[in-house]
Amino acid sequence: MLTDKVASLDVERIRADFPILASTLHAADDRPGVPLVYLDNAASTQRPRQVIQSIVDTYEKHYANVHRGIHWLSDQSTDLYEESRNKVRAFVNADDSGEVLFTRGTTESINLVARSWCDANLRAGDEILLTEMEHHSNIVPWQQAAERTGAVVRFLPITDDGRLDLDVLDQFLTERTRVFAVAAISNVLGTINPLETLIARAHAAGALVLVDAAQSVPHQPTDVSALGADFVAFSGHKMLGPSGVGVLYARRDLLDAMPPFLGGGSMIRKVTTSGFEPADLPSKFEAGTPPIVSAIALGAAIDYLQGQGMEAIQQHEHRLCVLAHEVLDSVGGVQRLGPSPGDKCGIVSFKLDRVHAHDVAQILDRQGIAVRAGHHCAMPLHKRLRVAASTRASFYLYNTPHEVEQLGRALEAAKSIFRRKS
Amino acid sequence: MSPNEDELYQEHILDHYEDPFHRGKCPRPTHAHEDENPLCGDVVRIELAMESDGTIRDAYFDGDGCCISQASASMLVERIHGRPAEEVKNFSANDMLELFGAKLTPNRQKCCLLPWRALQSAMYSPVGAEDTDDKS
Repeated sequence: MLTDKVASLDVERIRADFPILASTLHAADDRPGVPLVYLDNAASTQRPRQVIQSIVDTYEKHYANVHRGIHWLSDQSTDLYEESRNKVRAFVNADDSGEVLFTRGTTESINLVARSWCDANLRAGDEILLTEMEHHSNIVPWQQAAERTGAVVRFLPITDDGRLDLDVLDQFLTERTRVFAVAAISNVLGTINPLETLIARAHAAGALVLVDAAQSVPHQPTDVSALGADFVAFSGHKMLGPSGVGVLYARRDLLDAMPPFLGGGSMIRKVTTSGFEPADLPSKFEAGTPPIVSAIALGAAIDYLQGQGMEAIQQHEHRLCVLAHEVLDSVGGVQRLGPSPGDKCGIVSFKLDRVHAHDVAQILDRQGIAVRAGHHCAMPLHKRLRVAASTRASFYLYNTPHEVEQLGRALEAAKSIFRRKS
Repeated sequence: MSPNEDELYQEHILDHYEDPFHRGKCPRPTHAHEDENPLCGDVVRIELAMESDGTIRDAYFDGDGCCISQASASMLVERIHGRPAEEVKNFSANDMLELFGAKLTPNRQKCCLLPWRALQSAMYSPVGAEDTDDKS
């Protein structure tokens, strides 16, 4: 729970660490530009100098392939890569670095489980439970697994205010449910799902739980050991790290029993003309040359986040979220999607009456404000909400109350363009 | 408001968006096609009543989407109304962007060209034989 004891972020000092936040957009010969207001953090965040410097340092001083060479650089590179894995382990409080796999992102992490675990364990008639608020990356891999295995994909409904409908959970979580895949936080609604309850109920029903933590790990403290989830997936680029690297945390006993996902170098102990023996964890699931530099820079991103404090970041975003709700309500004609700020994080999606989401985003862009418009890779959710497209503002540690107020003023401008006939 | 924004959301375009030409069902359509932009969910349906010589006797559109896609549909339907089939078939993507007028980024060009794509398919889609895939 949030408390007042958490120190506030020094946002001005933080902003000075992010070179891109000083950008000016849309400058032309006849007019000055407008400063960037970056409110598209749920899609991808920006990077501080410290992370960018880590990338430069690795390439300039330490780079070679990992787990390969006898030579000095390869040792350096391997040490940094494994050091970063250990930072991730500590950041999410896993017991064992072997349970922390580097992938290319949340999508690959989920595909790894859907491919390896499902193919080995699911049979026709088994059920995979998802929810109506999932991102496509936590839907399609399971649909593909269902096609291969004959399993059935079911969707736990949401309520009209954008929460999981726990009243009907028992109807959906049955003895046939083998795996329950759920977002920790909805990438559209911002809803913070009650993972403790969901995991306890799923385990009681005999199902494994995969948590899509792409929107939670970057924004609040995470403790996978306390949570008791079986699989937890997240991405580097949503937490100040580079794109192209992500993480799958999974329980060691599950990973030991699962067949490798991708085959290739690194993931083997021995290869002969008649077959192969997989390597130990975590290498077993890291075929080929991994995203070495990105993984090392993810460690730098974690250092940066921990330097600010995850609780302080969470509290800062909560304040921005509360303010954003006030601002949106004062604009008028705004339909907010999702629950009230008490049950959500710093993601605010909405529809502006009579103005399509793309037009909203375009008009905001002209004032330097970057938001997402569309279905945000959650088409089933938008269908459920009967909304074709929405506009989403999402905050991070470097956003300011002033920027939220700018959003409100820009929405007023959008309204005035389209309100000529009303 | 910056000049660019003035250009995109100019009077002419907003007029088509808020007071469109022939939005609705075409009486006795002979050809029809519905297309969507999966990126944003915009939908445009074009319905045509074509004479035996190919002249577009009547043209209507319906749809759901942003100002660009809906205004361009209105402009396009107005433009082809009463025109010979050959002229409509030769009406190119560039002609459409020119007709729309405002300068568009590549992403928004897709919005603008959605009705044009639907029209070009509709020209070859007699009613009854049209693609009935679930587009939801």
